[in-house]
Amino acid sequence: MSTTTEKPSDTPATDTTAHDTTTPHAENDHNKQPKPLPAAHRSLALGVLFGFVFGFLLQKGGVAKFHVLIGQLLLEDFTVVKVMLSAVVVGMLGIHAMHRAKMVEFHIKPTRLASNVIGGLLFGCGFALSAYCPGTGAAALGQGNFDAIAMVVGMVAGSYVFAEASGWISRHLDPIGDKGKLTLFDLFPQSRTAVTLSSASLLVIVLIVLELTTTR
Amino acid sequence: MILQTRFPSLTMLAEVNPLEYSGPAWSPYLVGALIGVLSMLTFYFSNKPLGASTAYARVAGMLGNLAAPRHTQRLKYFQDNPPKVGWEVMLVLGVILGAFLAAWSGNEWTGRLLPLMWQDRFGADSGLLRVIVAFGGGVLMAFGARMAGGCTSGHGISGTLQLAVGSWIAAICFFIGGIATAMLMYAV
Repeated sequence: MSTTTEKPSDTPATDTTAHDTTTPHAENDHNKQPKPLPAAHRSLALGVLFGFVFGFLLQKGGVAKFHVLIGQLLLEDFTVVKVMLSAVVVGMLGIHAMHRAKMVEFHIKPTRLASNVIGGLLFGCGFALSAYCPGTGAAALGQGNFDAIAMVVGMVAGSYVFAEASGWISRHLDPIGDKGKLTLFDLFPQSRTAVTLSSASLLVIVLIVLELTTTR
Repeated sequence: MILQTRFPSLTMLAEVNPLEYSGPAWSPYLVGALIGVLSMLTFYFSNKPLGASTAYARVAGMLGNLAAPRHTQRLKYFQDNPPKVGWEVMLVLGVILGAFLAAWSGNEWTGRLLPLMWQDRFGADSGLLRVIVAFGGGVLMAFGARMAGGCTSGHGISGTLQLAVGSWIAAICFFIGGIATAMLMYAV
């Protein structure tokens, strides 16, 4: 009986909770879906949990190590590419299957040729200088590489520098070669599953060749 | 001759072989496959792809809001991406903790400023140089990642596994830029 006095019927109860929480969150929530407050906490908790697993795996995979990353860029140690391609193969098949089952949405970043290429080359240069990338650098810090602190501070500074230039870049560089959210499915529109399976097979062949030809 | 005596470190850089140092604790294929499963979980439970670089931009925006709020709020990137402690920042904090547990459990805690291979190449007294180079690398990486739209995880794993063309282009450019720079630093 007490529950009925608190919640006379389902619809008004859910309505009021939705109204209470959407107003302060609607402006800065990226997902556009109105989320009640506990969901925001849940999102933060899931972030820590997934990050914890990610960091654990990065360290165990050796890719938080300075010499493993530099070894990859010197084409002596192929651990980084092996980890990345294995993740891509499994994730590609799994997320494609989940998308077919309507369990997940895709999150495609736009193809902007000039920004992808220039930004990518700048990133690569910084990648070699610091010997960490944004994810493995955090993992390197966690494993006790104190030089990663300098990289983290540099990342924060560089992000602000980018923000200073972001207006100019979005006006002058992003439009060059802007193809929108282009995927291989747009280039080969016959069958999504066939494209996914052949891409995954190609990457597996690359992994087999790497395993047969590299020492590490 | 003068150059040699004034800058001995420039001419006496030791040759280093990255394979002489410790490798990964676990099979890279196993770790990669598990990261692939993890990316499925983040898509399903958080509706987000794995990506690390955004977190640093969020922190930069929050610091900017403290130091110069009006200027920071005028910048296009922060207008499009309002800085806040969200999923991305928590992800990177989690990475630090998870790596700590992995290193501690595997007896791989390093606890040093100079990575061994760097020290063998540039000398034990190159601490300041290492800090400057790591900082500069961080600045370039953040700028490049924001310009390209993601980093080694956001483009290199999450974007490529969705077969996004721009992600493949960016990821290949990460390695072209990285290989060229690393060759100049360590193989010349």
